[in-house]
Amino acid sequence: MTRALLLLRRRLVGSVFVLLIVVIGTFLLLEAAPGDAVDAYIASTGGDAGMIELLRHRWGLDQSALTRLANYLWALLHLDLGQSVTFSRPIRDVILERLPNTLLLMGSATALSFGLGSALGIYAGARPGSFRDRFLSIGSLALYAVPGFWLGLVMIIIFAVDLRWFPIGGIESIASGKTGLDRAADIARHLVLPVRALGFIYLALYLRMMRAGMAEVWRQDFVLAARAKGLSRRRIVLAHVARNALLPLVTMLGLQSAQMLGGSVVIESVFSVPGLGRLAQEAVAARDTPLLLGIILVSAVLVIVINLLVDIVYAFLDPRVGASEAGA
Amino acid sequence: MSEITISRRTVLAGSALLLGSTALPTIGWAQSPKKGGRLVVAADSEPRNLNPAIVASNGVFFISSKIVEPLAEASFEGKDGLDPRLATSWEGAADGLSVTFKLREGVKWHDGKPFTSADVAFSALQIWKPLQNLGRTVFKDLEAVDTPDELTAVFKFAKPTPFQLIRNALPALSSVVPKHVYETGKIEENPANNAPVGTGPFKFAEHKSGEYYRLEKNADYWGKDQPYLDEIIYQVLPDRTSAASALEAEEIQLAAFSAVPLADLDRISKVPGLKVITKGYEGLTYQLVVEINHRRKELADLKVRQAIAHAIDKDFVVKTVFLGYAATATGPVPKNDPQFYTADVPTYTFDVAKANALLDEAGYSRGDDGKRFSLKLLPAPYFNETKQFGDYLRQALAAIGIDAQLVNNDSAAHIKAVYTDHAFDLAVGPPVFRGDPAISTTILVQSGIPDGVPFSNQGGYKNDELDALIAKASETLDPAARTELYKEFQKKVAADLPLINVAEWSFISVARDTVGNVANNPRWAVSNWADTWLEA
Repeated sequence: MTRALLLLRRRLVGSVFVLLIVVIGTFLLLEAAPGDAVDAYIASTGGDAGMIELLRHRWGLDQSALTRLANYLWALLHLDLGQSVTFSRPIRDVILERLPNTLLLMGSATALSFGLGSALGIYAGARPGSFRDRFLSIGSLALYAVPGFWLGLVMIIIFAVDLRWFPIGGIESIASGKTGLDRAADIARHLVLPVRALGFIYLALYLRMMRAGMAEVWRQDFVLAARAKGLSRRRIVLAHVARNALLPLVTMLGLQSAQMLGGSVVIESVFSVPGLGRLAQEAVAARDTPLLLGIILVSAVLVIVINLLVDIVYAFLDPRVGASEAGA
Repeated sequence: MSEITISRRTVLAGSALLLGSTALPTIGWAQSPKKGGRLVVAADSEPRNLNPAIVASNGVFFISSKIVEPLAEASFEGKDGLDPRLATSWEGAADGLSVTFKLREGVKWHDGKPFTSADVAFSALQIWKPLQNLGRTVFKDLEAVDTPDELTAVFKFAKPTPFQLIRNALPALSSVVPKHVYETGKIEENPANNAPVGTGPFKFAEHKSGEYYRLEKNADYWGKDQPYLDEIIYQVLPDRTSAASALEAEEIQLAAFSAVPLADLDRISKVPGLKVITKGYEGLTYQLVVEINHRRKELADLKVRQAIAHAIDKDFVVKTVFLGYAATATGPVPKNDPQFYTADVPTYTFDVAKANALLDEAGYSRGDDGKRFSLKLLPAPYFNETKQFGDYLRQALAAIGIDAQLVNNDSAAHIKAVYTDHAFDLAVGPPVFRGDPAISTTILVQSGIPDGVPFSNQGGYKNDELDALIAKASETLDPAARTELYKEFQKKVAADLPLINVAEWSFISVARDTVGNVANNPRWAVSNWADTWLEA
């Protein structure tokens, strides 16, 4: 238990620095992009010089970049994410409204790609070099090579337009008045296509990693010993080979979480899911700096927390991990 | 039903269709409208402010015009192209110093309070004049609004203001909001800006950010038996391809403002149950324009501008970029405008040899690499068509030895680069013609506009003659004389080319054939839809 706690402490201190770098970096990047929130706004409305000046003043854009960054960091210290320019609402509310949708999408897609990917990986790795091994490896690679938006669009055309099994997009039926289990079922129905589109892309990663890991473990001495002991092939595959090959996959799970957030930007647009990724895209287009900073901050915290969880799980799975921290 | 269903081929065959459509009467088909139903339409954006009195733009009107009404709406048949809404009559004084509006009786706000002339006076003086993007120009001389009784509003101007301009501005600039909702606190921060209260046929019900807007029927609407629909849902579909899929899957019944890309129309028009409609946007004409930075010495030379105009094959642009859903332009007023357009202007036929000769004459001969000079070309990113025309223009310029380097930006960066930093030589822009050149057209060539004002002359162009003409037209009261001045304006612009007008286009709607009364006025997509109905 102490091992996990020590790990946690070390990580938390590091995280604060990571977050600070992320915030300042994002701020500078957006500052370097030509045009500000007022430019983005008047692109759709037009307006005269007086109105533009009025807007810049009202949205605080007539202050220097340094003042705005300092103000932002000061407010952040008080856990205040500020006010969104595009939504004229507190950023905390805007993000909290969208976060569950993205978490649901990401979580389901991760579960799908990890679960199905490692299962197929075991299936393929149980008999390295067999037909099913080759078929699965090549098939998954093909899926991995497909761009996410294209896979999404093809799924929409086949399953939503032609077959009409699933809705073309959204997170739930519009103003349906559904509650409880009915609503959950409705949301699940809406999530089927986006989760598949997002999950299938990363499936290959877990499948190939599992398979490669198993291929290596097969050559280990203890597998030979297990065989000599007369264990069934099934037991060797599951309890010895697959179990040992599973460890790197857990690491991958943590690393993948950041990628998954990136991938959800595209999938959320294609399937019109009101999530964080789409919000980020809108924030960039509208040059809504505080909103984008808020989203990036929340995403960074999310990735840090997931990786921390992964490390803790890892510490339990493999006693060797964290031993150095415990000794330090 | 009034819709005209067409295929791409028929459009190509008769490109006059779009132009002639203003004059077409509504073709009646005796079928009585049905009551009830939920109309689901595609929306591609969520405006940050839904108050049409503050933001007079099509993105806002698309949703809020059903909730908040103007004094008058555009019409195919009505006198002066108008249909009464909150005003039943309007009359300008001979001296141009006042306009009297008689208001509709028995109209109630969505919260039950009566609509009166005080609301009109408040909207005009507190919102249209000081806060509205377009009203700040048109109503700049509005001094007071007298309200002798509850149903009369008299606009008083400090300087003579052409009644023709006020009349033409009514559909887009005169949305009336309730005084009792807006009189306390800052108007720009009023919560009603995101949940509008109006007199329209539909009430604002809810907005789920990133998902949908929902409007409900207003049972107390003043229009007899209207509205027909129970509900309108605007489903937010951010992806360009979603609208077409959603229509095919019968999840939505209407996609306006060309939400279905032009390239998909040919296919979608063959889907049973769907129809492609080109009518209903005659009052919302967008112009494809080459903006010119006259600070560049080469471009300050009229011969070079003429050469560029001769190098553009407008017919090709209409056929290839707009797939036939557009018309070629001759000048700064679109051909489909019934009041001001004149064809009697200098024209520039597609003639590469002539363009080359003009450039030689101007003294810009080709270098060893065949190039005369280089330019920075910035196509506006708002429409696919402006970007595609940018690609075309680069090739067209290459043919006359001008090397154009394309710079692609997103909206915010484009606005900053062109209108504030003037960091362009040529830009492709889509200005809107709003029924009167004084609203948003003359500003494209007029000099003396401060830096940073979007969709205005930021190319450093200055022509005293044109400036004088614009000033004179702005104070000419007689409509015939004023119209003449704007005809003169078109001639001068076409002759001196402060900018080059290439094409004019409107939008396309795609609807299921169960939707009735689509496109029955020239601003249909941004009108109130009180008479729109759904076949069960």
